[in-house]
Amino acid sequence: MKRLILALLLAASPALANDPGEEIVAGLSQSSVSITADYAGAEILIYGAVKREAPPPKGGTVQVIVTVEGPEGPVSVRRKDRIWGIWQNNAAVEIDRAPSFYAVVTSGPLSRVLSETDDLRHRITIPRAIRSVGIASDADESPAFVNALQRIRTEEGKYSLREGGVQLTEQTLFRTDVGLPAALVEGDYTVRIFLTREGRVIDTIKRRIWVRKAGLERFMYQSAHDWPLLYGLASLLIAALAGWAASALFARFRP
Amino acid sequence: MTLFLPIAEVSVNAFALIGIGAIVGFLSGLFGVGGGFLITPLLFFIGIPPAVAVATGANQVVASSISGVLAQLKRKAVDFRMGTVLLVGGFIGSALGIWVFSLLSAAGQVDLFVQLSYVLFLGLVGLMMFQESLRAILRARKAGKVEVRRAHVHTWVHRLPLKMKFRASGLYISVLPPLGVGAIVGFLSAVMGVGGGFIMVPAMIYLLGMPTKVVIGTSLFQIIFVTAFTTVMHAVSSQTVDILLALTLIGGGVIGAQIGARVGVKLRADQMRILLALLVLAVCFRVGLDLLLTPEEFYSITPGRLP
Repeated sequence: MKRLILALLLAASPALANDPGEEIVAGLSQSSVSITADYAGAEILIYGAVKREAPPPKGGTVQVIVTVEGPEGPVSVRRKDRIWGIWQNNAAVEIDRAPSFYAVVTSGPLSRVLSETDDLRHRITIPRAIRSVGIASDADESPAFVNALQRIRTEEGKYSLREGGVQLTEQTLFRTDVGLPAALVEGDYTVRIFLTREGRVIDTIKRRIWVRKAGLERFMYQSAHDWPLLYGLASLLIAALAGWAASALFARFRP
Repeated sequence: MTLFLPIAEVSVNAFALIGIGAIVGFLSGLFGVGGGFLITPLLFFIGIPPAVAVATGANQVVASSISGVLAQLKRKAVDFRMGTVLLVGGFIGSALGIWVFSLLSAAGQVDLFVQLSYVLFLGLVGLMMFQESLRAILRARKAGKVEVRRAHVHTWVHRLPLKMKFRASGLYISVLPPLGVGAIVGFLSAVMGVGGGFIMVPAMIYLLGMPTKVVIGTSLFQIIFVTAFTTVMHAVSSQTVDILLALTLIGGGVIGAQIGARVGVKLRADQMRILLALLVLAVCFRVGLDLLLTPEEFYSITPGRLP
């Protein structure tokens, strides 16, 4: 019993000692993105402040990490090997769940802003956001496949890490921009904001961005999936009309 | 000007799409090939997902072929009877091809198979045509010596049963060879995702002995139906036909096809064949290079689980 009380006290003591009750208050410039025919990427402004009950404790500063995560799903990563002189897909690894988009923005160098244990707990950095549990048995070099996924998606602008991209003013106000790419998957995007002190997460909030196709784009996408046969026939009709129209038009120009 | 494509789910430059459509349409009108073997690799290149590129490419070929056929029709250069026989063979082959394709997809080696078929068939057809047309040109260059040219050479093809009259082609041959040619082309078009004009055109000239001037119109006539079938199949089975992408490609394509058909009238038949041979060989070389050169990126990502 004595030991239990001691453990509880130890666990609670840092919070009691210097907890100024720091909380995040935040907002987004837009909570929904409509993908229309002229959509070519969007910029989301994420801003907020640190609310305190008491003045901030001396020594050590607060830091802010912002993550934006797109809908996740399983992916297959294949590797080409040279067989009979020809490069062909050979080994493959399935990754349980990987986000279709993932951006991390921090207010300082990651190593100073976030500790390893809190990264594990909250799945903040890119490698942590990719769930690759249980794949190690499939291939000896499966970490190479996970690295490849990370590298390719980073090159495509789908995964990004921007250290120092969050502007933090007077230990209170913060703001950052996250750009959404032109090739965007529909779904709910999750924005997470973490407040850290000495590498430990002290508060976190979640916001949601709705990404949906709109107008003509939505209509086409839905008809392709809801009435595939009609959609196929309609695309043929359009093709036939266009072919005939061009031929008729040219015949008029040059008899 | 960028355009977000609803099915492909990427944003691309609209002018690049119109340009690709125009180039492929021009070649389609000029040579009587649907252009599927060109449009699909070009769409990969600008970042359209392969499944969408194949399905939508087929839809675009429908439009440019219709535009091309109408232009050829005015010159009475379409043999409808031959086209119908080829088409019957085409559907049989296509159904068979779709079955083989699903077997290969399950085995996970469909990409390699498609690439190898490209190299093999484009290479063979290209080399044959190149050699033949080069010889014809050299023969024509030899001044003074005028050779008596028969309409076509009689081979074993002409001794088969079930003969039928093809008036527009000036042929009286068995229906079996055109049925067979149609079936082979239908099979390849389902497996390779192309209309099959680049195989059809030389087969009609060299195997069936059809005159070059009706070959183009007849090939286009047949391609319309094979690609229409492919488009609907893809739309129903995998929802990968992107109407917006197709419309943009068609916009460039139909105009290109008209210009191509007009330029085609001015070119001599052997010149036209050597140009087509060079184009086919160039695409074959490009696809073959990808298989042989060490790739820059060894890994590729596909959403979804392993089959």
